[in-house]
Amino acid sequence: MSIPAPFTGKTEHEAHAHRDDIASRMGMWLFLFTELLLFGGLFFLYSVYRYENKEAFHDAARELDTLIGAFNTAILLTSSLTMALSIAAIQKNKKMLSVVFQMITVALGLGFMINKYFEWSLKISHGLYPKSEVMLSLDHGEIIFFGLYYVMTGLHGLHVLVGMVLISVMTNFTLKNIINRDNYVKLEAAGLYWHLVDIIWIFLFPLFYLIT
Amino acid sequence: MNEQHTQHPHESKEDGHGYGIYILVWLGLLTLTGITVAVAGINLGGLTVATALIIASIKSYLVLTIFMHLRVEQTAFKVFVIVALFFVIISFVLLFSDYSFIQDSDV
Repeated sequence: MSIPAPFTGKTEHEAHAHRDDIASRMGMWLFLFTELLLFGGLFFLYSVYRYENKEAFHDAARELDTLIGAFNTAILLTSSLTMALSIAAIQKNKKMLSVVFQMITVALGLGFMINKYFEWSLKISHGLYPKSEVMLSLDHGEIIFFGLYYVMTGLHGLHVLVGMVLISVMTNFTLKNIINRDNYVKLEAAGLYWHLVDIIWIFLFPLFYLIT
Repeated sequence: MNEQHTQHPHESKEDGHGYGIYILVWLGLLTLTGITVAVAGINLGGLTVATALIIASIKSYLVLTIFMHLRVEQTAFKVFVIVALFFVIISFVLLFSDYSFIQDSDV
């Protein structure tokens, strides 16, 4: 039953685990493609509605704070850096350094969400939320803009939260040596997810904040 | 160190990823973000969206190849990603060719 050790280059015990890092990463990539379709569909909606309501989209986008948007972009890009560095660190067998980088990544994700909280609260205090009187008094195209804004940045924010939980679990695994120099594919998978969330924001930022 | 390396033959390609390249890419990404914001202030007419999307694509390319390690992955990964992106782009092209046709026939 057991795979001969020389074939896998591992001991018999290890061979029983049937580990296949390449397949694991491929599985994660396939999942990311489904995410691409999820957000892709929303980007299709955005593009058609924007094509139909050019002026309204430009006017509505003035409500968004470019500075907060740019700041949040920088935060997410930096968190992607620390995520990549945490994998580089574990490859070099620097466990605690990897843990620190993972914790910084989660902290930056939290910073992003706190900014989002203030951003949304400000809009809600301006009466800009679905079905509010202020919202319903707006032009049809502007209502659609804010609808898409809440759905797309909301779904993205949900992904940031999920990513933060995932990375925290990975930090726990790293501390327990489940993730180590020889077996860090779980951390890589969490990293791939985090980077995808970053890429989605890279497109959301100019499409919502920079069209005035 | 050498002994450890012989035990991890598959790792040699990943050793090419020092910390430096990630920091370089991060600086590049921040610079491109700055450029996007700066360019958005200038009215380029119809080119505004195109410029923003091109810069976003360059940023995504950097994240995909360096941060997500596509550069050192097997060819199958690259083919998969290209096929996935191809179909998203095809969907966009078909959507807009169909949509603009409906708009025209309405008028």
